[in-house]
Amino acid sequence: MARITPLNWPAVRQLTSGDLFGRGPAVKSQVSEDLTARTVTADSMAHSVCPYCAVGCGQRVYTKDNKVIQIEGNPDSPHSRGRLCPKGAASEQLVNSPGRITEMLYRAPRSTKWEKLDLDTAMEMIADRFIEARRNHWREKDDQGRTLRHTLGIASLGGATIDNEENYLAKKLFTAAGAIQMENQARI
Amino acid sequence: MANADCIVIQGSNMAEAHPVGFQWVAEAKARGARVIHVDPRFTRTSALADKHVPIRAGSDIVLLGAIINYIITNELWFKEYVTAYTNAAQLISEDFRDTEDLDGLFSGYDPETGSYDPSSWQYDDSGERDETLQHPRTVFQILKRHYARYTPELVEETCGISKDDFEYLAKSLTDNSGRERTSCFVYAVGWTQHSIGTQFIRTASIIQLLLGNMGRPGGGIMAMRGHATIQGSTDIPTLFHILPGYIAMPTAGKHDTYEEYVKAVGNKDQKGFWANGETYLINLMKAWWGDAATKENNWAFDYLPKLSGAHGTYQTTMAMLEDKVDGYFILGQNPAVGSANGRMQRMALSHLKWLVVRDFSMIETATFWKDSQEIATGELKTEEIDTEVFFMPAANHTEKAGSFTQTQRMVQWRDQAVTPPGDCTSELEFFHKLGLMIKERLKDSTDPRDKPIQDLTWDYSVDEHGEPDAEDVLREINGYHLSGEKKGQNLNAFGEMQADGSTAGGCWIYAGVMADGVNQARRRKPGQEQDEMALEWGWAWPANRRILYNRASADPEGRPWSERKKLVWWDEEQGKWTGYDVPDFPPTLAPSHRAEPGETGVKGLSGNDPFIMQADGKGWLFAPKGMVDGPMPTHYEPPESHVGNPLYPIQSSPTRVLFSREDNLYAPHVREAGNDVYPYVFTTYRLTEHHTAGGMSRFLPYLSELQPELFCEVSPELAEEAGLVNGEWATIISPRSAIEARVMVTRRVKPLQVLGRTIHQIGIPYHWAQGDEAVVSGDSANDLLGLTLDDNVQIQDSKHNAAAIRPGRRPRGEDLLDLIDKYRADAGITVDTGMVQLDRSFVQPENPLQAEQTVVDGSNRGRATISAGRKSGGDDSEKGSGAMTESSGSTGGDSDESKSSKHTKETNAAPKGSEGPTASSSGSTSGDTEKRKDR
Repeated sequence: MARITPLNWPAVRQLTSGDLFGRGPAVKSQVSEDLTARTVTADSMAHSVCPYCAVGCGQRVYTKDNKVIQIEGNPDSPHSRGRLCPKGAASEQLVNSPGRITEMLYRAPRSTKWEKLDLDTAMEMIADRFIEARRNHWREKDDQGRTLRHTLGIASLGGATIDNEENYLAKKLFTAAGAIQMENQARI
Repeated sequence: MANADCIVIQGSNMAEAHPVGFQWVAEAKARGARVIHVDPRFTRTSALADKHVPIRAGSDIVLLGAIINYIITNELWFKEYVTAYTNAAQLISEDFRDTEDLDGLFSGYDPETGSYDPSSWQYDDSGERDETLQHPRTVFQILKRHYARYTPELVEETCGISKDDFEYLAKSLTDNSGRERTSCFVYAVGWTQHSIGTQFIRTASIIQLLLGNMGRPGGGIMAMRGHATIQGSTDIPTLFHILPGYIAMPTAGKHDTYEEYVKAVGNKDQKGFWANGETYLINLMKAWWGDAATKENNWAFDYLPKLSGAHGTYQTTMAMLEDKVDGYFILGQNPAVGSANGRMQRMALSHLKWLVVRDFSMIETATFWKDSQEIATGELKTEEIDTEVFFMPAANHTEKAGSFTQTQRMVQWRDQAVTPPGDCTSELEFFHKLGLMIKERLKDSTDPRDKPIQDLTWDYSVDEHGEPDAEDVLREINGYHLSGEKKGQNLNAFGEMQADGSTAGGCWIYAGVMADGVNQARRRKPGQEQDEMALEWGWAWPANRRILYNRASADPEGRPWSERKKLVWWDEEQGKWTGYDVPDFPPTLAPSHRAEPGETGVKGLSGNDPFIMQADGKGWLFAPKGMVDGPMPTHYEPPESHVGNPLYPIQSSPTRVLFSREDNLYAPHVREAGNDVYPYVFTTYRLTEHHTAGGMSRFLPYLSELQPELFCEVSPELAEEAGLVNGEWATIISPRSAIEARVMVTRRVKPLQVLGRTIHQIGIPYHWAQGDEAVVSGDSANDLLGLTLDDNVQIQDSKHNAAAIRPGRRPRGEDLLDLIDKYRADAGITVDTGMVQLDRSFVQPENPLQAEQTVVDGSNRGRATISAGRKSGGDDSEKGSGAMTESSGSTGGDSDESKSSKHTKETNAAPKGSEGPTASSSGSTSGDTEKRKDR
């Protein structure tokens, strides 16, 4: 890199190079010339949809080594035309957020802390508890003898941020189990 | 929307909450459209509109009802459209009585249950129509009478909107509607979150039908929904009251037999496509239970659980508090922050045996046991909370394939970009595995209750990581042939569904999303290569139609109303409907066709019945069914209102769902003592940089940096009155809680003159929460909210609330509870406050507008004294008022004094025959308490 001299000051460069408004060579450096967009060196690009509000802006998700490296608006989308709002533009950080939790964690009754738990073990525990709660609060008939065949032991909240297919399996399983207390953001 | 000539945005801040969608409002404006924003606050939407009209929160029906009156009185309705396509000409039963006849009630009200029997709202048995619209029992005449008192004067008095602004709004709409022009409405939760929110939307529907703006380009009512697939999760519902495709869940006592149930799902005696409801149901049952669903066993009707009432999210929260619920799954939602009455939510979590939270970050719902407000106040102790908590990290939108349905019913597929890290899994994998495990555990059970699980179809292909193939699930949602020549092939449309068990389909309105074996939601033909309908991008239900009821875009003869607004039309030569959009009508049903009397279902539709899902094929100006609180919208005040209902002696909606509980206390409304303890209105809203309860935004450094801190917006006038300083702290107190926020003094909120009184509104964004895990934290605005629900939809009334505000930070720990209690005591609040379902406490004076001001102004302080004996601790309320002056700093002295002087003046001016405040108070102690509706 060249030695720093007053002649290298941007203002001086603007005056001496004829690029008076600083929109041309005066503000370029070899470093920026050598930069390549992450989207160019990406391994692949997947078509996606923004996960925030319900406008459903088209996204292009660029990946490298099984990591998301950049998310941009998709100009092909007829309704979003390549645009993303601050949330959509920040969605790469939703994927790679420093605060993201990727471990299964468990808090025991009355405990003051989280502990790690094997995912499969957790699944077994949840399946056991599901069946037990279902039994504990099963209501076959109401007080007038009419069939209810439902349980109040299990409830669920959420669905507006997960996929249609996921909602479908959740509703199907809950209904078959007689678990009627299933709700999502649409009622809020 | 780009095709609209006028856009009215009301109950939505589209530019900030749906910025990218808003480009089409900007586009319309660039093409010459007029844009009007009606909202309590001036926002970026207002900045880009031609005009901002500030409104008092909760008064929307008065404004919209006055527009209806304006349209009718000035004969500005679209006559051909209205006569041909709406039920305007229909005669209504002789038994029907309007709110104008019954002092604010429609006929059929049962004070015991707090609900209506709608049988008197039905069409006259004769089925007669009067095309001249002159018969007094026609819908048109009933509508005209109903809104006759909704005048510009009433709007000015009640909404705080000047006559000029009203004229501008009404004229903009009527000038921009008709054959050549169309207008559209945009709303969001600013309309839905009211005890009469559903009726706000109905009022707009009436306007749009009268002006002929439904089913046409640039017309309609646009719901701006707030989550990526909140539409999809309503269509394929994770909601208690429906099954996929809006099929009602059966309810014990109403649908005990299959026949009763089928009638409710789709009465075969009606016109239109809902007459085929049983077919849709059978296909769902076949998709879920396969061979176990047969004609003989009523397609496994017994396998469906039956409801025993409302099981909405808030009713379930209350069941948790009674230890009736053991386990709770949270899927990408954060009720500790995002639901109303946050304290009740968190207390409920502490009663669970186990809680499964599936999210990306450690949201507050997962950590309530260690860092919630209730730990700080000492109400909960970590070491005493028995709830087991499973935090399961979730895969995000790039780590799984699947579809979202956006706000205009368009289903869009996402491809998987990467595999999820660590223990992160998709909900698809989670529920698939959980289902397999439950089935395995119950496979040998002989208990009949386990049969629906044993027989449940659950065979989805899985990849090497254990992830089910989402397209396989979408195929089941779409539907397929079970037998015959096409066995195994996908359905191409819901019209292919059979009622004999030869086809199956999990959600009938999504039939066609996998037409021809192709994932239509994955179509991505660039917009640049298509016309503006862009029919080859994604897929919209039903049948890829982009504008619903678009038959109405053509005149009764099938010709476009105008060249400018051409969309679909009848092609006489080909003998079918054609156009730019997929026609939302039977493709070969000629405009001239008239169904034989007595014909039902699709065959019952005539060529001029565009509203093919309605029981009569017409748009409903008057709704004989479907709404539980009345066939026409009518104005009631919000539960915590500071003014009396200027129209009726009934203050608030007589069907609102009330919860009279210690943990859901309400501020007294204007006709009860203590209303002035919480003298201001606050309304909550969203910011561009955050997303609802913050689970997907407060944990991201970028977004947290952009909007780091909770603030409240107040007008300079309120700042002066309450002693608030820009940039300093304020504490906002409601009967439920108190929060602190930075003060933003801004002209964006304007005090409004309503019924002779100044109404100050405070705006509070609701994205923050107490907790240690997010990048930024703060108090949660939803803690302030109470729970009163709209009985149509069980949604809470969170957009109008009463509060007090004072300078400075809130107290910490237990002292916070003392502060909340102190204000409650000052107002004399008990669990009964505001809990009178049919509150007739007010004796209506002869001239409602003029006299209302009198009583309202004069009564605030006066009534506190008069009705003191009625309330427990009533005497204290006067003392409390004094104490209030101290605690609320500069709020006290001035306003008390001004009210006293008004009181004197107004009492003198009270109309003859009315005893003013005294009369109203004594009224409230006697016969008004009909019945509370606790659910």
